[in-house]
Amino acid sequence: MHAFPFANSRVPAEALVDVRSVNFSYDASDPRPVLKGIDLQVPRGSVVAIMGASGSGKTTLLRLIGGQLRATEGEVVVAGRSMGRIESAQLYHLRRRMGMLFQFGALFTDLSVFENVAFPVREHTHLPERIVRDLVLLKLEAVGMRGAKHLMPAELSGGMARRVALARAVALDPLLMLYDEPFAGLDPIAMAVIGVLMRKLNDALGGTSIVVSHDVAECLEIVDYVYLVADGVIVGHGTPDEMRRSELPYVRQFVQGELEGPVPFHYPARAYADDVRLRAGDARA
Amino acid sequence: MPTTCGFAQETRVLERVRRSVASLGHRVIDGIWRTGTVARFFVRLLASSGPSFQRFGLVMREVYFTGVLSLVIIIVSGLFIGMVLGLQGYETLQKYGSTEAIGVLVALSLVRELGPVVTGLLFASRAGSAITAEIGLMKVTEQLSAMDMMAVSPMSRVIAPRFWAGVISMPLLAALFSCMGVFGGYIIAVVIIGVDNGVFWSQMQASVDFRYDVLNGVVKSFVFGIAVAVIATFEGYDAPPTAEGVSRATTRTVVNSALTILALDLILTSLMLRGGT
Repeated sequence: MHAFPFANSRVPAEALVDVRSVNFSYDASDPRPVLKGIDLQVPRGSVVAIMGASGSGKTTLLRLIGGQLRATEGEVVVAGRSMGRIESAQLYHLRRRMGMLFQFGALFTDLSVFENVAFPVREHTHLPERIVRDLVLLKLEAVGMRGAKHLMPAELSGGMARRVALARAVALDPLLMLYDEPFAGLDPIAMAVIGVLMRKLNDALGGTSIVVSHDVAECLEIVDYVYLVADGVIVGHGTPDEMRRSELPYVRQFVQGELEGPVPFHYPARAYADDVRLRAGDARA
Repeated sequence: MPTTCGFAQETRVLERVRRSVASLGHRVIDGIWRTGTVARFFVRLLASSGPSFQRFGLVMREVYFTGVLSLVIIIVSGLFIGMVLGLQGYETLQKYGSTEAIGVLVALSLVRELGPVVTGLLFASRAGSAITAEIGLMKVTEQLSAMDMMAVSPMSRVIAPRFWAGVISMPLLAALFSCMGVFGGYIIAVVIIGVDNGVFWSQMQASVDFRYDVLNGVVKSFVFGIAVAVIATFEGYDAPPTAEGVSRATTRTVVNSALTILALDLILTSLMLRGGT
């Protein structure tokens, strides 16, 4: 296990999320696990990024933290509760204090923007309708979407949908926010808006956030700490500045977006000459 | 070398047979496994149904989508099938000089068999496929996962209301189908052909038994409603989260519902006939 991060940083050192030696396979008989011996901690009040290339296992890790999957080996502890041993009712109780922003928003398509944000409030509280309305408008105002409260999800752009989904995710002031690829498919302005909102909402609500992404520039601007995952293992971690300066080959290739490095350009295949029959013998034949 | 050649050919044939047997076994095991999964799903569905009755508005909303929006196809189909029954029945009964029994023939055919069965098939095509596609697309767009992460059970909030809406809608639609069918038969037999109005209705009233005919038809439509609703919700919930997965699940709903309805109809009819003798 590596040293506990944030030891010398401004954020408190108490971990809200503690991932201990986690292995995970979707199929128990699969000899190649998706995650191999993952250790990471997310202190309260911080914004931590889990980064890596597509298929590296970072979304799987987020699902383990959210309790959607259970670790094959090891332990995931969130707010003092082991997600591997938690019962369904307790998990739902814990999830009332979590918010999750999905890759494409996952708004309920049969509900308006207002009703989408009101959904968790109505499901989990018995507040009078007037208070629900004020609360929803407050959240929509925070993400700049109050004017779109009557629109349906189909009428929103990708960036607008993501902002509404963010308002819905923070509707009950969660203790822990999980972001699954929040910048995917957004234009640069929408990306910047979402990034700023994520950081501001985290600080304003006094929450803790975990961001899964492969958008290096946006992530490094807003997070306190980064874990870099490749092939199911953590290959590097540190503050954004440490990651930018890192000389580790994989970290360097990923952060700088270099073509040359440990990640090959080609998917494994037999020799090109064999595929196109360029061997001398083949040519004669 | 003929001996080696013959041996190789024999080996290939044996390998083909082995693969066929393995494939058959795999399909059988897969079918049993899937049946077990459906049974577990059904138990979970029933266990999650409490909130559906506490917030009955959720069920009524789905009754509108599955039942009310199916009215047009049910009414039109019922009317046409009743008219065809009237025409075919009159043609046959005329040969035996008993055209006054046309009302009985139309009513019994509809109430006992055609009403529940054809409504079930139409319901599976119209509402069942829509339920599967909607749930499947909610899965593809992560709406079910989002609900789950909000500590709201998709089983209670999405699946159970749709299931109970199907169970409630089906007998009502079947009853309406039968009524429209009888009306269609009346138009052909009485209005167009000229069978006596009083004979048409009085023969029907005397021969159609409420418990033996009508109630058995209601029981059938209720059972078909459960079958179609379980299949439609299960296929949607179990659909792979891809466009192709949802498309296949929708097709499976229609095919499996149709086969299940026909099989159940045979079983229920044999039980009901035995009970009636």
